[in-house]
Amino acid sequence: MDALISRLWPITIAFCTAPLLWLLVAIGLNHLGSNPIQAMHIFLGDWALRFLCITLAITPVQTMTQWRGMTDYRQLFGLTAFFYATLHLLGYLSADHAWAWPMIALDILQSSYLWFGLVAYLILLLLAVTSPKAAKKRLGKSWKKLHRYIYLAAGAAILHYFWQLKGNLAEPLFYLLVLGMLMGFRGLVWLKNRRYGPAVTAKPRAASPDRAE
Amino acid sequence: MLINTQKRIPSSEITDPALFKQRRTLLKAMAALAIGAAGSDSVAARPRTWPDLDAGNPPTPVLTPTPAELVGNYTNYYEFAFNKEDATRLAQGLRIDPWSVVIGGEVERPASYRLEDLLQHCVLREYLYRFRCVEGWSMVVPWVGFALSDLLKLAQPLSSAKFVKFTSASQPEAMPRLRQQAMLAWPYEEGLRIDEAGHPLTILAVGAYGETLPKQNGAPLRLVVPWKYGFKSAKAIVRIELCRQPPLTSWNRYAPDEYGFYANVNPAVPHPRWSQASERPLGSDFFTPRRPTELFNGYGEQVAGLYSGMNLRHFF
Repeated sequence: MDALISRLWPITIAFCTAPLLWLLVAIGLNHLGSNPIQAMHIFLGDWALRFLCITLAITPVQTMTQWRGMTDYRQLFGLTAFFYATLHLLGYLSADHAWAWPMIALDILQSSYLWFGLVAYLILLLLAVTSPKAAKKRLGKSWKKLHRYIYLAAGAAILHYFWQLKGNLAEPLFYLLVLGMLMGFRGLVWLKNRRYGPAVTAKPRAASPDRAE
Repeated sequence: MLINTQKRIPSSEITDPALFKQRRTLLKAMAALAIGAAGSDSVAARPRTWPDLDAGNPPTPVLTPTPAELVGNYTNYYEFAFNKEDATRLAQGLRIDPWSVVIGGEVERPASYRLEDLLQHCVLREYLYRFRCVEGWSMVVPWVGFALSDLLKLAQPLSSAKFVKFTSASQPEAMPRLRQQAMLAWPYEEGLRIDEAGHPLTILAVGAYGETLPKQNGAPLRLVVPWKYGFKSAKAIVRIELCRQPPLTSWNRYAPDEYGFYANVNPAVPHPRWSQASERPLGSDFFTPRRPTELFNGYGEQVAGLYSGMNLRHFF
């Protein structure tokens, strides 16, 4: 299984770049509807959030299956989420606002939904910067603590999503459910370890996601 | 009836006059209609075109209409669906023929009009208006319609009439969200103060781009109040009621701190969750800046007087 996992790189990278290619083709063919800029915002934001959820799902999957060698994929998915979030932000600044800073400043000041998006992005930026192995080594134990903020980023991104809607909340609620399940899994593992102690569980390494590296 | 305006509109938004003249070469609306509406012919049933109507609002300077296909594919219609694509598709199931509109409440002459009969009493004109959605996008639409005041005159409001309530169609079999009583209290209800309703810019539209209204855009009869956010301009109207008290409107009832009764377009009053300072005009390109939103959507000269002395931040 572990050998198979290491052979999945090409297809994974193709999967990570496919949404961008789709978007470029859709823009080229003018397939984004009557408000293409808004459609692009939603598309890029959606994919940033999806890759964030995939990133968060890696550890639970690894814990449950005891597959090894998925840490690099977690990093790739996390960086992909950051990549789409960056395009999402750049699209807002350039395609939508044409770098008109006074208007952008006013927009951010008056739009509370943007604050959540900004918080999510700044966290992702910090995590992306500390993503390389060298940074991980230097940060030591605090790296793990720092990177748990990814849950906060996901929560802020979901708030950013539904804070701008008029009331049709189906999509953000779906992401909230996914995030809730992923956090619930972490919570269960934490509870189990607290109750029985990692030492007495049969497979402590696998049962503790933070150690299943 | 014509409103004069000295307002300057940027040259980029002015339509080529030669192009514009092609749109209106002849024909008085009244004559065309009187003939057309005779007999059993129905506005609702048959697609109808009005190629050369007189302008209801000043013909120059002129805004550039948003391409019709963009307008037809980007509209909220929550009775059908909460997203614009499904709403447009499902709205095709609306039955619009025959169509009657009831006018009642505090009036001398309550009545129920068949739409085609009503149109015989009203002068159809083309009204090229900006339309600004509370969501932060905008368009420019050449509506075909008549002044709401024409209809009010027919009904003869009593002096006790202070407000006008508009009720949209309720067709549960065609409207999934309405059938489920989802989100808003259905049917959709909107309201205006009587002086807003009687203002010459306030129209009831039966068409756009010289043709009958597409169903998703409010066929066969919708309100258009160009200086207010789009949700005030109720679609598929079946009932107009004059009342003593301000009607409880659908969005105001759903989220009173977010959607006020007045809902005048105002860049200085943000929605509680987003800015209203700028808007994205449909049809504008990538990397073009958003358009700064204007107070009263650019119709301040005509309508600001309705609100003199009012705190627009409080009465949002």
